[in-house]
Amino acid sequence: MSFAWAKQYEPKTPFTKWMDEKLPLPRLVYSAIGAGYPVPRNLNYMWNFGVLAGFFLVLQIVTGVVLAMHYAANTEVAFAQTEHIMRNVNYGWLMRYAHANGASFFFIVIYLHIFRGFYYSSYKAPREMIWLLGVVIFLLMMATAFMGYVLPWGQMSFWGAKVITSLFGAIPLVGEPLQTWLVGGFAPGNSALNRFFSLHFLLPFVIAGVVILHIWALHIPGSSNPTGVEVKKESDTIPFHPYYTAKDGFGLGVFLILFAIMLFFLPNTLGHPDNYLEANPLSTPAHIVPEWYFYPFYAILRAFTGDLALFGVTIIPAKLLGVIAMFASILVWFFLPWLDKSPVRSGHYRPLFKKFFWFGLIPCMLALFYLGGAKPEEPFISLSQIATAYYFLHFLVILPIVSQIEIPKPLPFSITEAVLGKDDDGAAQPAE
Amino acid sequence: MTIRLGGIILGLGLTAILLLWSLLPGAVALYKDGFPDKPDYYAFQEENIAPEDGFSFEGPMGKWDYAQLQRGYQVYKEVCSACHSLKFVAFRNLEELGYSEAEVRAEAAAWTVPGINQQTGETATRPGLPTDQFPSPYLNDVAARAANNNAIPPDLSLMTKAREEGTHYVYSLMMGYVDPDPADQALSPDFTTPEGLYFNEHFYSINIAMAPPLTPDRVSYSDGTEASVENMAADVAAFLTWTAEPTLIQRKQTGWFVLGFLLFATFLAFFSYKQIWAGVKPKK
Repeated sequence: MSFAWAKQYEPKTPFTKWMDEKLPLPRLVYSAIGAGYPVPRNLNYMWNFGVLAGFFLVLQIVTGVVLAMHYAANTEVAFAQTEHIMRNVNYGWLMRYAHANGASFFFIVIYLHIFRGFYYSSYKAPREMIWLLGVVIFLLMMATAFMGYVLPWGQMSFWGAKVITSLFGAIPLVGEPLQTWLVGGFAPGNSALNRFFSLHFLLPFVIAGVVILHIWALHIPGSSNPTGVEVKKESDTIPFHPYYTAKDGFGLGVFLILFAIMLFFLPNTLGHPDNYLEANPLSTPAHIVPEWYFYPFYAILRAFTGDLALFGVTIIPAKLLGVIAMFASILVWFFLPWLDKSPVRSGHYRPLFKKFFWFGLIPCMLALFYLGGAKPEEPFISLSQIATAYYFLHFLVILPIVSQIEIPKPLPFSITEAVLGKDDDGAAQPAE
Repeated sequence: MTIRLGGIILGLGLTAILLLWSLLPGAVALYKDGFPDKPDYYAFQEENIAPEDGFSFEGPMGKWDYAQLQRGYQVYKEVCSACHSLKFVAFRNLEELGYSEAEVRAEAAAWTVPGINQQTGETATRPGLPTDQFPSPYLNDVAARAANNNAIPPDLSLMTKAREEGTHYVYSLMMGYVDPDPADQALSPDFTTPEGLYFNEHFYSINIAMAPPLTPDRVSYSDGTEASVENMAADVAAFLTWTAEPTLIQRKQTGWFVLGFLLFATFLAFFSYKQIWAGVKPKK
């Protein structure tokens, strides 16, 4: 793994020599995120978000474990227990606000990380496996975040859980028994809250496991870079430490400042006021919405308002269509490495792709983010139908066709040339 | 190749279903009927209002106005508590409003809380202790409904966090008992306020079950503040902001400390980044 010129760990003291023989953990760290991992020298700030995502995963686990010490998963007391954390536990308010806003920031970071991948085609060979594992992590994160939002047992917790678990009821034949079995009742209740708490505690550690695989898979081809040209020689790379540890440290600082502003001055802005009302199965909120990070997918779910019917016979009901589309909207990411066959990775050198990215996908995603939180009334319904249609067209139709017909701009010979403006090896042997 | 072909077919298929079965009928209906009519009470709804000078705890440098919180507590005790509970707040928390331990003890004792007769084990009542939570004025939800025209008066502990711009909402609601604007009434001639409900231009459906709670001089303030409806509304809104989040000011103050540290650390991180990269980055 890694490049031939990667520096090797050299234990110096008797203890580190002994340790290296028995358990070469320092060697592993040195080669994974230390001076022994050569990284392209031209990474821009968009490459900060991997490390930032790792930071927020750790933050969520640390604050979450502390919160779990004071929480009780029982519908009778869960809401009051959450208020107990906010009022009586020392710095409980800090832990809970950090956990709730930490989830939002985790998603902000992950969305930027994913869209970095879209723009620079990070999913292309030889990095397909990193991408596939990344999509798995995103799905696990969504499940974890959804179950976490149920735990305070507020109105939105309960009604969000009811809407999302009822999606399983849309599956033909087995839907309703399956839903009852998964929820442990006809509506979310104590059994649902208990299993959600258990899984909400478990899944972050599953995420951490898949993150290890994600990083392992990353170290086989090495990091991608903004030119999309593969590393050719030592002058294309610099060691991860100290260069990128320093750069990530600065990026982390900037992001933590934004996080602190939200956490200490606007902690409820990203949440929903209804969740400060205790869950009441007899009173439906006027407007049920999930957390903001699910809005695009919620908009896709709600975009399907008509049953697919031929000659008056319903073939697929609208609800099932919506559920299929919502899951398909993420599953389609799994197929990206094979849908986009352009040999050029970076969007910098793909003029047509770049236009569809900035003027198609990005406005479409921003629209879906807005529409998922909007009231289910016109004109928002029609707009989310148009945005959903574009979303699928973009990945399934536009991307494959663009990658076929586009004439990319000339690539630099190497990363060294891209950074320094000249590469002596490249001059001696002109690009083909 | 097969994946791409399958993708194109699936993508076009999904889009066709979406456009033909969902968007088309919706667009036709919209063209024929236009946007659906809003309920007739919409005309009367007003935006939330705030006192002229705002509240002392608002903004990043906000501080509690303890005198105001104490006045707000007086309004809660003498007016709101007849119908509304405050179940997440304990008497001991009143010390945070500037009352002494002895005052809190006396205040708690003035309230009656549910207890148990120590001789017979039957349910009874006893004077409150600082460790007790504020008691509910009703035995249970059924009793609350029966006494209030079938509407349960909500618990007020978290009210200012359970509504958009909650502090302003509480203030607006207290100030919202006015006569309907004749211009709005002309727009919705069918709109009436049924018997037992009250017109309030800041309530989401306009007709609210709560009778106007504040009238001038409803309480008499000991610090000489005029007991106008505006002042009482602002005071009780401030008090309920404190009950919803007693750590509000501590949170903001901690925030400044953390931000200061982070700015300093990020400043250092930036310069160490620049220094470490000095030999690698080409001069532009």
